[in-house]
Amino acid sequence: MFRSKFNLKLAAVITAMSLLLNLSSAHAKEITLLNVSYDPTRELYEAVNAQFAKNWKAKTGDEVTINQSHGGSGKQARAVIDGLEADVVTLGLAGDIDAISDKANLLPSNWQKRLPDNSVPYLSTIVLLVRTGNPKKIHDWDDLVKPGVSVVTPNPKTSGGARWNFLAAWGYALKKNGGDEAKANDFISALFKNVPVLDSGARGATTTFVERGIGDVLIAWENEALMARKQFGQDKFEIVYPSISIRAEPPVAWVDKVTSRHGTADVAKAYLEFLYTPAGQEIGAQNFYRPRDPAVTAKYASQFPALPLLTIDGDFGGWKTAEAKFFGDGGVFDKIYQPGS
Amino acid sequence: MFENFGWLSQSQADPRKSATADPPLVRFALIAIAMLFLGLFLFIPVAAVFAQALQHGLGEYLKSIIDPEARSAIRLTLMTAAIAVPLNVLFGVAASWAIARFDFPGKQTLLTLIDIPFSVSPVIAGMMFVLLLGVRAPIGGWLYDHGIRIIFAEPGIVLATIFVTFPLAARELIPIMQAVGSEEEEAAIVLGAGGWQTFLRVTLPNVKWGLLYGMVLCNARAMGEFGAVSVVSGHIRGHTNTMPLYIEIMYNDYHYVAAFAVSSLLTLLAIATLIAKHFLERRVIPVPQKGADEIETKVAA
Repeated sequence: MFRSKFNLKLAAVITAMSLLLNLSSAHAKEITLLNVSYDPTRELYEAVNAQFAKNWKAKTGDEVTINQSHGGSGKQARAVIDGLEADVVTLGLAGDIDAISDKANLLPSNWQKRLPDNSVPYLSTIVLLVRTGNPKKIHDWDDLVKPGVSVVTPNPKTSGGARWNFLAAWGYALKKNGGDEAKANDFISALFKNVPVLDSGARGATTTFVERGIGDVLIAWENEALMARKQFGQDKFEIVYPSISIRAEPPVAWVDKVTSRHGTADVAKAYLEFLYTPAGQEIGAQNFYRPRDPAVTAKYASQFPALPLLTIDGDFGGWKTAEAKFFGDGGVFDKIYQPGS
Repeated sequence: MFENFGWLSQSQADPRKSATADPPLVRFALIAIAMLFLGLFLFIPVAAVFAQALQHGLGEYLKSIIDPEARSAIRLTLMTAAIAVPLNVLFGVAASWAIARFDFPGKQTLLTLIDIPFSVSPVIAGMMFVLLLGVRAPIGGWLYDHGIRIIFAEPGIVLATIFVTFPLAARELIPIMQAVGSEEEEAAIVLGAGGWQTFLRVTLPNVKWGLLYGMVLCNARAMGEFGAVSVVSGHIRGHTNTMPLYIEIMYNDYHYVAAFAVSSLLTLLAIATLIAKHFLERRVIPVPQKGADEIETKVAA
């Protein structure tokens, strides 16, 4: 008697609870995405995430929370390969996403063809940030190899930005010397002799230069340099645009194996596609990334001066070739850089 | 006792004092140097942390601490310590009991091995877990396929913390257990006490201060650990950042108030731990009985 009453009550409670649960799940799903990104995009994706979550809720009624993880691009790729469950990766260069595809097979090797513009929603370039008044008179890459100039750049082994830095300097030297690789090698070797410390990521290098006051010039992403000026005051630092630089292309991709396990394929794709919309492009420009959209580009033209830009595919034969030649074990960087020398 | 030295006390009032005390100038210089070092390397930096944290007022300070990401980091750090410390105690008691009470082959080896987490760099400790439990390793891959997340999730952080802290309690307890000896326990057993009763009523009271001291050390290390935790964390904001990792991230994000506010909180936790340690230390070191011992302590103080 007592037992059956108790069972009845229990059944009623369970039914009520399951009803409640059903109701809530019919109303709105709660989705979580993890965006594993490189160093200087913290502010960019904070803004993007807020806007995208709002749009997605308006469209589907679902709550989407996007978690962020930041670090040197190469280091982040390594973490994804080791099991960090990124639904989307937004890294500093295509080579790092290639590594995730090659080493862990988490996404197809043709990932770059799945979104417009080679999966690169924003562009940037590499510039020189100097202290106000430009006390060492730095105007172009040549000035970085002068004796007594201290240059801050992160480690190309772990940082995507540093690899763009390296290639921009190399490209300049090659052009100047009529394609003589031996001379370019001497130039880059002299440049790295002036580097007192290699941080693991672009943000670490910025902090070294800006906060710790080390170095006369920081080779940096344009977006990172503009951000540092915004944070620390326009009067503390100046941006020097060199005579030639490189078109930095930080790509994005969803990670198929992870999204299919999480059931987040649709929202991950929509998240990345949002970056290409006018609203997404506007957020990019506000965070100092060069937009792709012509209208947004025109609106922010004064913020992004035009300059001759080398490209990774046109001038360096794509990332696979550049990676092996310059940054692989025993590559150019290994040969020219001896710590402490 | 001093009659033998009568010839000495004729020239000076108190022979003991002249023999042990330094000239006032030396004493003053030593104190000044010690204070200067303390000031330069401790008080000023700690004060600077608090000054930075409060540079925009108390409101900003509190706001940075109740930020959801900050709260998540504080919660994770406290949770990690709350798991690591009891396990540390369990291991410490078991290991010190085994080493102090029994003779067995490999005892010396065990004593040496206990120190490994101390002697390897924390980064290597973290890397070890990634190698073992990362998705590319056989064990890690199996766990991953079965929906168990360790690396780049909270369990990995707890594991890494346990690894780097686990010798702490054992290291404190082993010498104390060896010094106390097993006579009292033998007496208890002869008088009819059971094993568990002996442990609770005789062994534990004898070593309790050492055990507490070990817990304090373990807690301090667990809350402050950076290297090992950084490797296994994945740095997912609001999820796998502990306080030290969060501080670094806020600093790199140009959020100095947040970075230093959480730093100051961590400093306060450390100071609370040190105060606890100070009181426990006075209990652990046997209080000198009388006579010569007393004089020695006074000189040392």
